[in-house]
Amino acid sequence: MTARPAARPTPPAVGYWIGFTVVGILLVAAPLVLPPFWQRFATEILVWGLLAMSSDILIGYTGMVSFGHSAFFGLGMYGAAAALLTVTPPSLWLAVLYGLVAAGGAAVFVAYFATRLRDIYFAISTLVFSQIFYVIIFTWTEVTGGENGLTFSQPRLAIPGLWSDRFTPVTFHWFVLGMVVVSYLLVRRITQSPFGMVLQSIRENEPRTRAIGYHVERYKIVAVMLSGLFAGLAGVLYAIQNKFAAPDFVFFVVSGEVVIFNVMGGMGTLVGPFAGAAFFLLLREGLSRFFTEYYLIPVGIIFTLMVMFVPQGLLGFLRRRLNP
Amino acid sequence: MLVLENVDAHYGKSHVLHGVSIEVREGEVVGLLGRNGVGKTTTLKAIMGLVRRTGGRIAFEGRDLGGVAPHGLAGLGIAWVPEERRIFRLLTVLENLRTGLDRPGTTPVRRERLLEKIYRYFPILRERRHQAGGTLSGGEQQMLAIARAMVLEPKIILLDEPTEGLMPRMVAQIQEIVHVLHRDGVAILLVEQNVPLTLDAAGRVYIMEKGAVRHHASAADLRADPRVIHEYLGV
Amino acid sequence: MEQIIIQTLHGLVNGMVLAMVASGLTLIFGIMDIVNFAHGDLLMLGAFVGASVLGVTGNYWLALVAAAIAVAVLGALLQVTTLRPLIGRDPLTTILATFGISLVLQQYALWQWGPSVRRISEPVPGEFTLFHLQYPWYRIATALLAGLILGGLWLFLKYGKYGIWIRATTQDRVMAQAMGIPVPLVYTAVFAIGSAMAAASGVLFGPFAGVTQTMGFDFTLRAFIVVVVGGMGNLGGSILASIFISLLEAYAAIVVSPAQAVIVSFVVLVLTMLFRPTGLFVPTPK
Repeated sequence: MTARPAARPTPPAVGYWIGFTVVGILLVAAPLVLPPFWQRFATEILVWGLLAMSSDILIGYTGMVSFGHSAFFGLGMYGAAAALLTVTPPSLWLAVLYGLVAAGGAAVFVAYFATRLRDIYFAISTLVFSQIFYVIIFTWTEVTGGENGLTFSQPRLAIPGLWSDRFTPVTFHWFVLGMVVVSYLLVRRITQSPFGMVLQSIRENEPRTRAIGYHVERYKIVAVMLSGLFAGLAGVLYAIQNKFAAPDFVFFVVSGEVVIFNVMGGMGTLVGPFAGAAFFLLLREGLSRFFTEYYLIPVGIIFTLMVMFVPQGLLGFLRRRLNP
Repeated sequence: MLVLENVDAHYGKSHVLHGVSIEVREGEVVGLLGRNGVGKTTTLKAIMGLVRRTGGRIAFEGRDLGGVAPHGLAGLGIAWVPEERRIFRLLTVLENLRTGLDRPGTTPVRRERLLEKIYRYFPILRERRHQAGGTLSGGEQQMLAIARAMVLEPKIILLDEPTEGLMPRMVAQIQEIVHVLHRDGVAILLVEQNVPLTLDAAGRVYIMEKGAVRHHASAADLRADPRVIHEYLGV
Repeated sequence: MEQIIIQTLHGLVNGMVLAMVASGLTLIFGIMDIVNFAHGDLLMLGAFVGASVLGVTGNYWLALVAAAIAVAVLGALLQVTTLRPLIGRDPLTTILATFGISLVLQQYALWQWGPSVRRISEPVPGEFTLFHLQYPWYRIATALLAGLILGGLWLFLKYGKYGIWIRATTQDRVMAQAMGIPVPLVYTAVFAIGSAMAAASGVLFGPFAGVTQTMGFDFTLRAFIVVVVGGMGNLGGSILASIFISLLEAYAAIVVSPAQAVIVSFVVLVLTMLFRPTGLFVPTPK
């Protein structure tokens, strides 16, 4: 994470909004033209991108590396599972609610530690927490289904009181796209607000921010909460798409992949994580045709090289090219 | 032997040294005087490569120091006694000395003799040789810091405020050591706020103010006309 | 009661192996502020190399030495190519870089040795009876060996000329350079030593549970915990902390399943970070 001057809130360039709209249209059209496998793939990219974006709030804006986002993601999954298994008829919005509450609860816990620990210690403790959650979920078989996880049926897309219908892969994709776009716009609004400026200032120079008079702890707590909530939302969406919740997703590997998406796509850009997720997942798909399971070797090497030489990630790199 | 030509330096964005030019010839004791914060320590740090040099040239025996790695300076004959002393607190006195003693090109016999010489100049260090550096008093730490530099058998020692915070008896001891070093042919660039000591020990003196050298004279001239000292240091 | 004695034995033996792993990690952190995410993977590679050498020569001790040397060289190479350029950048960058290395090492091992579990046969055969349990002698031998190696490391650091260089650089890098100590070389050497310790631990631990690509992660996690609890950079502290944590886990395993016993370590870590961040066994907080 190279030091960049805190971005000043400039009105977004026209080019940005054009790009945004183009991508948006592509994403809306995607499920209509792609074969089923790639349909799902596109939806998954959105979900993982959302997860990575939630992590970007911490890594890219506040300067806190989290190796534990798999915990929020997993809790979102299991929270949704809880709603869908215990309440009949299964309600979509209840699943979302339960998932967010579960993830939010964990976020409060982590937020407490975020304020007491700095840097490396925080990163290690997030790793430890997600492992604790993993162990609990893995071994508490009666409640969480242990190793096998939980399966449930997909709820219907419902606007309460008005209309409900089953999901098709296409409508589900649009639903996810909708949630992701709303989340993105929300987070973008937040990071470009004065609040977001303070976060960046914390990343640049925490002692100075504190000296100026900002209550750094409060900002960090809110940042962690936001990050956890959106990560939980991603978990809910993933659970609903796949109709299961499994402990594998709470394991460290997911947290590690999230960090990879962040670095490769570009930290502090919000869109970068989506690009990083897409890049990584496509790379995985493509390389696995040639290298079978060993695709991670070139990916790992690329990742390490990017950390060393292109820490701004793909998007940061492009941005520099486009705005000299 | 040591030449700073028009040296500029920056700490991040602030411009801390402006066109500093200083020279120390072989075997000379040169003083660097000035109020707190004028850039005396920064000048020494620039020589040691610890501050980013943004202009000018620093050369030692003709060789540009810009291309020398920080750990190569000791080998060239430059030793540094920093303002905070920077004793290795968790190492014993002997181990502190060994960081300099155990360098390539010395034989065990030579090391023994060097160590004995140091102990003769600083008997208190022999007494405390197995004690951890951090347990020594301020004055003893200063002795150790100087001894550590001497162990490198340097051609020049950069001495930064050696008498700061010391009792008068210790100050006299430091003065004695500076004389001894001079007699042994070691050049010294002495940064100090203690004016009488500096004027006594040094042959020439530079006076700094706000990151630049403002005055340069022989110690004799400065002793003769105290108004200059008064103007720059208010003493 | 006999359960407690058995668990104490387990805890001590595991603690010694963990101490070897953690010692490398704490040395590396103490001197160059690098949290080496790939440390467990160096252990894993050591185990694989050891298993291969053992398979070819049939000699355990040769395998141990070969693994240590091979991984030491690898560690030195990694440090020079990947970590040295990052000196001076913020510490989280090095965490990410070592994380990337960890990924590559794991996948490389998978590619090189395949997914099946390798075995390292016991260096010392036979078992003795402890209450109702048959306890293998090699585990005692492992603990003793680990102790010897750690003792050797401690002596090296305390008395050797290079030990002094390492300790001086750890305390004050700038002053060490001013004294002519070639700090970049010291960094590489320490990383190599840490890697060798990890590799040796891997070979020592091999007979316990077999050699797999993912065996490193658990060790990395536990080693992190030990290093924090023992005081970062504090060799003696990490040895004590390793034994302390392993004993706690062993005792916890009486009550809960072994998989859950690991939570105890996590709790100790969290408490340490909150209340004694310089380390549980560090007498005076700095």
